[in-house]
Amino acid sequence: MDRLGAAGYRETNERDMGKSGISLYSGRWRQIHCRMMTGLCALAVLTLLAVLLIIMTYILLQGIPGLNWQFFTRPPAPVGLPGGGVYHAITGSLVLVGLACLIAIPWGVAAGIFLAAPRRPGPLAALVRFTADVLSGVPSITAGIFIYTLVVVRMHTFSALAGGLALAIVMLPVVTRNTEEILRLVPRGLQEAALALGISWWRVMLHIVLPTAARGVAIGITLAMAGVAGDPVPLFFTALNNNHFSLDLTQPMASLPMEIFRYAAGPFVTWHRLAWSGALVLIGIILLPMLLARIILPGYRIRR
Amino acid sequence: MSYKLRVEALQAWYGQHQVLKGISMPIRANTITAVIGPSGCGKSTFIRCLNRMHEVVPGTRVAGRVWLDGRNIYNGINAVEVRRRVGMVFQTPNIFPAMSIFQNVVAGLYLNGIRGRRQLQERAENCLQQAGLWEEVRDRLHDTAAGLSSGQLQRLCIARALAVEPEILLMDEPCSALDPIASIRIEELMRELKASYTIILVTHNMQQAARVSDYTAYLCDGELVEYESTPEVFIRPKDSRTENYITGRGADTRPL
Repeated sequence: MDRLGAAGYRETNERDMGKSGISLYSGRWRQIHCRMMTGLCALAVLTLLAVLLIIMTYILLQGIPGLNWQFFTRPPAPVGLPGGGVYHAITGSLVLVGLACLIAIPWGVAAGIFLAAPRRPGPLAALVRFTADVLSGVPSITAGIFIYTLVVVRMHTFSALAGGLALAIVMLPVVTRNTEEILRLVPRGLQEAALALGISWWRVMLHIVLPTAARGVAIGITLAMAGVAGDPVPLFFTALNNNHFSLDLTQPMASLPMEIFRYAAGPFVTWHRLAWSGALVLIGIILLPMLLARIILPGYRIRR
Repeated sequence: MSYKLRVEALQAWYGQHQVLKGISMPIRANTITAVIGPSGCGKSTFIRCLNRMHEVVPGTRVAGRVWLDGRNIYNGINAVEVRRRVGMVFQTPNIFPAMSIFQNVVAGLYLNGIRGRRQLQERAENCLQQAGLWEEVRDRLHDTAAGLSSGQLQRLCIARALAVEPEILLMDEPCSALDPIASIRIEELMRELKASYTIILVTHNMQQAARVSDYTAYLCDGELVEYESTPEVFIRPKDSRTENYITGRGADTRPL
């Protein structure tokens, strides 16, 4: 800090009075302000890191003891009996989130490309952006109720399909806006260079802008995924829960957040331990694609 | 000598601000036309109107006619088609970072549906040779362009623009980010390319305009002040504003 903020200006320490008599913001005050601001920023960062560290350590400490082979391979044990696992909830979460991704990623990325494209801004783009913003502000329970009336009531049963759809509704606006924002970071000059070659705008976006920003877009998608993977709220009226392993899309399906909720609210200590372990597994499932996106996809430095 | 391009009463706006105030000039085929003028006079906007790149920026507007071989590019032709016939090289070399050198050169062909491997390779070699870059990159065609110097990158951009076989090449201050030696390379290149292309060059460098161009247009405050053969403009400028500008006495029209 000292080297950055002060050393270069130390000679002009006194008070910079130009010929015009205007005193410049300089000298000791500038150094003190600089240190204060740096200190505040450091404090904010440290607080954030500390909170994150405490949460992670606590979940690790509480969750690790419950992790064993059974936990990953068995459905829950009957009430009152020890043991049992969350196998059915892990597969359930993978199916539900997978279903949501299958719908939300193609549509969301396509909409994001449309919004970031170098065209004259038309009423359609404004409408899509407004809709996405409104949709991402809607509480996720609304998505659940919406799918409940639309799908569950007509099918006369809670189902994994309904759960996936509800999660997709929550995920879609986030994917759309994340993709748009990331694609906008690609310098205009790059788009213009491609357009000037006589390439149509959608090919420019798909083949030049999107690959350049692929890593950012992928991380944006994993963030949206993380959001829905840990959210039980849209599932209450849709996929509900299931005590047994099931891959049937027309039947209710278990999921990690629902099981965590059930176990944590239950009366048994063994259940509480299962809830913690479930939370740990959930974090692992969310973290994995995020790390993969960072490792596999190349990041480009763009000359400006 | 035939006219490749005829600009008629061309006006352009950014929002409410009118940048071009009615420019009319014919441009001859297989010549280099230099467009000079003080910063903010509309040089870049002018050439961006010649391949319909001006309209890419939100809030802009164009009026007037630009006849390319007798067809108005603002009437009944798709902008994409116009840009295939009128190529452009920008001030900063905009290399596509996710692509190799080879992919950069053939991007315009590949993304317009030409997929034949041999055809693309021939075209890439040919264009890189025209841009005087072939010998320097032939061994690393499939590497990224990250290791190239800015002069090489700019020649790569020229090769990329040539690959779609345009008839006109617009160059917007192509040497402003280059050192004098790299600039001279580009100038030599322009002289060679003149045989097959019509080149319009925007430059801030008077010597460069005098060295390479056949015709020079002096733009000031969105108006075409003078347009003559280059020796005529530099030796016997008709307008005092042109004379002041090229002799370095300032543009005189805008307050500092």
